[in-house]
Order: sequence, then structure tokens, then C-alpha cells
Amino acid sequence: MAECGNDSDAESRISYGDYVVLKRGDVFKSVQVENKKKVIFEKQWFFLDNAVGQLYGTKFEIEAGGSLKLKAAKHTGDSLGKWCCGFMSLSADSFIFLLMRWYCVSPVTDSKEAGQDNRHIVDDGRSQKLTRDDIETLKEQGLKGQEIVQQLIDNSTTFKDKTEFAQEKYIKKKKKKYESDITILKPSTRLLAMMYHGREPGKICHLRYDSMAQILTLGNIHAGSKIIVFETCAGLVLGSVMERMGGFGSVIQMYPGGGPTRAGMESFGFPSHFHEMLHEFPLCKVNALLAGTLDLSEKDADSEANSSRNGQSESSQETSGVSEEKSSEPQSMEVSVDPQEEMRRAERERLRGQKAQEKKVKMEEKRKKLASAAALLEGRNADGLVIASRFHPCPVLMGLLKFIAPSRPFVVYCQYREPLIECYTKLREQGGAISLRLTDSWLRHYQVLPNRTHPVLLMSGGGGYLLSGTTVAADAAKARNQHKSEEPVAKRLKLDEISSA
Amino acid sequence: MSFVEYSEIIQEGDVVIIFLGHESMMPIKVQSGAQTQTRYGVIRHSSDLIGQRFGSKVTCSKGGWVYVLHPTPELWTVNLPHRTQILYTTDIANITLMLELKPGSVVCESGTGSGSLSHSILRTIAPTGHLHTVEFHAQRAEKAMQEFKEHKVSHLVTVRNQDVCKDGFGITAIADAVFLDIPSPWEAITHAKSAMKRKGGRLCSFSPCIEQVQRTCEALLDHGFEEICTLEVLLRVHDVRTVSLPLPDFGPEEGSAGSSQMASDVGQEEVPNTGNTSVICRTATPPREMAGHTGYLTFATKPLD
Repeated sequence: MAECGNDSDAESRISYGDYVVLKRGDVFKSVQVENKKKVIFEKQWFFLDNAVGQLYGTKFEIEAGGSLKLKAAKHTGDSLGKWCCGFMSLSADSFIFLLMRWYCVSPVTDSKEAGQDNRHIVDDGRSQKLTRDDIETLKEQGLKGQEIVQQLIDNSTTFKDKTEFAQEKYIKKKKKKYESDITILKPSTRLLAMMYHGREPGKICHLRYDSMAQILTLGNIHAGSKIIVFETCAGLVLGSVMERMGGFGSVIQMYPGGGPTRAGMESFGFPSHFHEMLHEFPLCKVNALLAGTLDLSEKDADSEANSSRNGQSESSQETSGVSEEKSSEPQSMEVSVDPQEEMRRAERERLRGQKAQEKKVKMEEKRKKLASAAALLEGRNADGLVIASRFHPCPVLMGLLKFIAPSRPFVVYCQYREPLIECYTKLREQGGAISLRLTDSWLRHYQVLPNRTHPVLLMSGGGGYLLSGTTVAADAAKARNQHKSEEPVAKRLKLDEISSA
Repeated sequence: MSFVEYSEIIQEGDVVIIFLGHESMMPIKVQSGAQTQTRYGVIRHSSDLIGQRFGSKVTCSKGGWVYVLHPTPELWTVNLPHRTQILYTTDIANITLMLELKPGSVVCESGTGSGSLSHSILRTIAPTGHLHTVEFHAQRAEKAMQEFKEHKVSHLVTVRNQDVCKDGFGITAIADAVFLDIPSPWEAITHAKSAMKRKGGRLCSFSPCIEQVQRTCEALLDHGFEEICTLEVLLRVHDVRTVSLPLPDFGPEEGSAGSSQMASDVGQEEVPNTGNTSVICRTATPPREMAGHTGYLTFATKPLD
């Protein structure tokens, strides 16, 4: 049974408003596609308009004036064609690999020359005959990156004497500098986690993507569950959790301060129904919720401060409602008395009224949201907990674990090990969790090339630490149970058994 | 209970994980009237398990207790009956992330082996995705199918008993991701490519030896795959413990007490220890021995057709 796919094309095409990931070499950038918006990426600027309507995964080159042009279709099987069109989108390493294969099979380069070693290569700084100005001129002439690289090779006196491998390395370096193909990709946890780790590790507490992978797996994040997330990783962890849940179930984001941070989550460009599963709850109200003193009426501290601030606008809103009706009539009829001034005033009034209305609606929404999140938490039956923040994880974990059902996993990420040691110790004392593991992972990349396979020179020193475990039913009397765990109280248990039998 | 959906109460037919303490666990299938022997004594399914909440403490006959846990792919991985070498959670986590798996993904896998990765994939792609898994060993394929049924995930998976290198995955142009854990993955790249969607997808191959990786990369390149990337992830589990470091005795000092001063500077608890002082500190030490290598993970992207 050979099943064939005909998945709808619509969502695999780039459209205005989409969040996309730009890729050049190993560098990523997340942007939103907007009409005539100038995007700066890797020292180049361009507009994304020409990408609209194209499929995700399409490669573009940048033309003069910043417009994107489709990269010519690739001819697989034809190695020269591959060389011309395919390689620029490959990672640098695979590019050399390809280049080398091309060298081996291409009929046009059987005059290939290469040295055996570097005993005769002298660094006199004059091997490149092209000057910087020459190169600039070439660029201004609108020469393609590929052609510039060829010029550089042709004008290098030492290139022919370099070993085959050194030649590849040289070309690879020049490619990186002069060639600039851009691939537009659909965002994913993989791309965004790699992007954040590469560009702004500080914003995500140096959470490396392999640690992110562990979080999602150890947390058993999947569709249909109810997950509590507390993160200060720009919303990246939140987004990853939401991606794994695919819009099924609910996520409650606990946030510190005035509101949740979600830039990273927005970059995923989730469809709107994903947002319906997302709830938020301020950390500062956790104690009240646990104590059962959470006030869900509008008069809670937060909105009270708000309402006093816009009490003025609220009262003006009522009058503006009236004036709006009034002003709309004169606007059309009394054209004689300074219509422009009248219109402007009416417009102002209308806007003010609108704003106040919006604010009121927003506050009401906020209250509703708080109530719905509180309702979700109150059941104390969440299916998982993910913590990844710059705060000390210990109080966060102890506080939020109370909302988790028994036999559910939890994962705490911390950039440092010591706070997690404290969490571990505290959990051991307090009980309610088993299978505690404090881990970190090492990530090593490999260069895989014929005769030159080895680990990549530079590796990340640390991707943070994780404490994971599973919740179990809390004991009514902890002290007694701790006792029990140390000495077998066989007699009492036997009695229990008899009574139950 | 299902491997793709949590439930609160243990029911007849469920697979539960009995946690015996200190990394010691066992999976059991709950059947009314049945009994399970543990080192703490007998667990009677009807009275001790059925109707109980997952995560609760169960007292056994010999005066010990265990916890009954809801199964997860991660717990299953450390408890499943081995029919082959299996993939462990650290690699699985990275495979899942780098293959961009999520609810709705259509995934190809070969071989099925003991189903360690399969359970993880199923958990992640449910409720709308599908796994097409190929196992050339008839008995293993049969056993896997039976397990998927018991674990209530069989609606999400198709097991095919065929040779992936010769016959492929049995599907065309519908996969978002392909995973290969076979001795000669380079022979399956053509099939992997044709199984994948026209708009592209991700591929991962797991191989213990670098020569296998080399050949796989070459084949991937030949077939137009991009973003080829080989990596290795190692997990370090730290042992949290309290250690006591004795303070050396420099003999009496002129002026105030020197050594105790220093100890409190360090900010640790100081306790008198048979005449001498020592500092107690909590630390996490890496294990004396750890898994140094499982396999190389090679990832690649199949571009747009």
C-alpha cells in the first residue's frame, strides 16, 4: 500500500504577516514578512516581498536594490549543475565535500593542479594580485559572488601550489565572504533554539539546543496535556512546549513582574487556535491562590492601580460616547462652521473614547484570563512542569510543584549547577518526588569529509544543567513516613494487610 | 492509561511502572486477580492497583512500599524487554528535536528494533501524526505490533515487515521525517528520499561507527540532501552528595583562631570532628564511569523538489 501525499500547499507558501527564519550558511534570523520592509541580515539589506507566494525552503539571491531573486532550479545528477546552483545553500563543510567530488568527476577541471605540501609556499603577502579596490570594483560591477571567488582564485599565485585540501579550505573561506544565498524557512524549535543560542545566548540563560531537547523529552511534553511553564528565555521555551503540544491541551505560563515575555514564542508563527490553549498567571499571585485568598473580582491590586489611573479616561469615555453620536451628525450636515476643525475634534474625541473602551475591554479580558488560569491551576492536576529561568529555581520549583498531579514529570533548567543541588536536597527532604536526576549534556559536532573526519575544533563549553524527576502522591504525615522508609515496620504493615483482607 | 494520554486512575489492562526505589523499576500489566512478586513482597492487582491513583504508594506484603507510575516513553525505555540494542532518552531527545517532530508529523523509522524510539515518536506525533516503521525481523515486527496494541497506540503506527534497503518504507511522498538505525543506512537513502514530502523534510541516521557515518554522508550528498550535520551527545548524570573535607592543623597560631575563621569565610557548615575541624559541603560529582559513546547522529534536510 503505497500511500501518496497531497498536502495542502497553502500553509507551505510564504505570505505577508508570516514569521519566517532566514538562513545563510549556519546563521539564522527570525523576521516577520511585511510589505516593503527592509530587512538587514548578515551585513546585507533586502526586501522580502518577492518571497511572498513562494514555497518555504526556497533559496534566493539578493539583487541590486535589495530585491530577492529565485535561485535557478537545481539539476541533480549533473555535478556541474550542482556546483553552480546547489552548494551555496549547503553548510560550509558539505560544500567542500561537494566541491571535492565535483573536482573528481568534472571534465572541465582535469587540468587540476595541486601541490603536495607547503614547503615552497612563502607568506610574502603578495600572493593575491587583486587589490581591495579591484574587488570593490568587481562588486560594483554587479559580479556574482561566485564569479568574484573565481577571480580571486585566478589571481592567486599560490593557489596552484596549495594542497588539494588547502585549496578547498581557501575556496570555502572566500565563498563564505562573497556568496550570499538566503533560504527562507518555516520556524521550528530546532531553528529558533539554534538561532537564539548562536545570536543571543544571554537572553535564553545559555540554554543550548540539546538541553532544550532534553527538557521537552524528559517533561513528556505532548498533545493533550496541561503543562505549567515558568521561563525567562524570551518565550523560546514556551514556544517549544506549544509546538510539541500542537494546539491540543493547555499551557499555563507563570510570569514574573508585569507580564509574560513572548517574543520567542511569537517567532514560531503559530496559527491562532494555538493561542487559545495558552494561559498566563502572575507568579506574585501564587501564594494567594494556594491560600485560597485570590481575589478574582476587578478590585485586585493590579487592576485597581490601573483603573485609578484611567478613571479619568473612563469617565470621559461615557461622555465621548455621547459626543460621538452628536459629532457624527454635524460632520455630515453642518459643513458651514469650520468643518475641518470640527472633524478633527470629533476624531480626537472618538479616538479617546475608543482608547478608553479598549482599555476597559482589555482589563476585563485580563481578569477573565486570570480567572481561567486560576481555575486550571486550582485543580492541582497539571501534567507537567517546566522551569527555565534566571531566578533561583528552588522557591519556584517548591511553589509550582504543588500544582502538579502525582506521577507526572518535571524539569528544571538552570545555567548553574549549585542551585539545582539545593533543589535536589530540598526535594529529598520534603518528599513528593522520585527519580531525581541532575544532569548536563555534552554536544560535539563532527566534520565529516573524505580523509578529514574529526570533531569540530570548537565546541560549546556548557549548555546548562537539568534537574528532572517524577512527582508522587504527597504523604499526609511526612515525618512518620520518613521514619518508615528507614526502618521496615513490618508488623504494622502486616496488621494493615490483615485489616484490608 | 495510554502512552499518548495521561489518566488519573489505574484500570484493568493498563501497563504501569512499579518504582522500587533507586533507579529500580519494573513494568507490569494490570490484570484483576493477578499478583506480582517484588522484593518487598506481593502486589495484588485487584486490591493494590485497580482503582488507585497513578503516583500513589502501594504497600507490599513484606513490609515495604513501592510507587505505581503512569507509563511514559522515557520510563518505558529503561524498562522495556530488550530484543535489540536500543536508543536511550538522551539521543531520542535530540533526534526528536532535530527532526522537528510534533503533533501531526508523518515519520518513517527503520528498524523498529525494541520500539524504544518508536514509543517516543508516537508520543510526540499524536494525535494526528503517523509512524511508518519497518523491521525486517519477522518476530520483532510481530512483537512490536503487539506492544503498540497493549499500549493503546496502534492506531498511530503501521509496522511493515520488510527490508528497508530493498523495499523501502512502503509509502511515497508523505513523510516529514525519516529515521534510520540500520547497519548500512547509505543503502536506504534513496528510499528515504522517495518517502519524504515534495516540500522537503528532515532525516536522521544513527550509527555507532565513523566509517558508517562517512558513507552515509556521501550518499546523502549524492542524493541532494543539504544541511548535513553529524553530532554526538553525551549525558552526564551528577551524583548529589554531602562531603566532609577535614581542615588541616597548622598548630597553634599567635592571635585569634585562624583555621575556624577561614572555614566560615568559605561559608560552609563547620563541625568539630574528633578533635579536628572539617567542612561539610554539598556537591555533585560526575559518576566514576559513564556512557562514553552511543552513536553518531547524522542529520540532513531534503530540500524542496
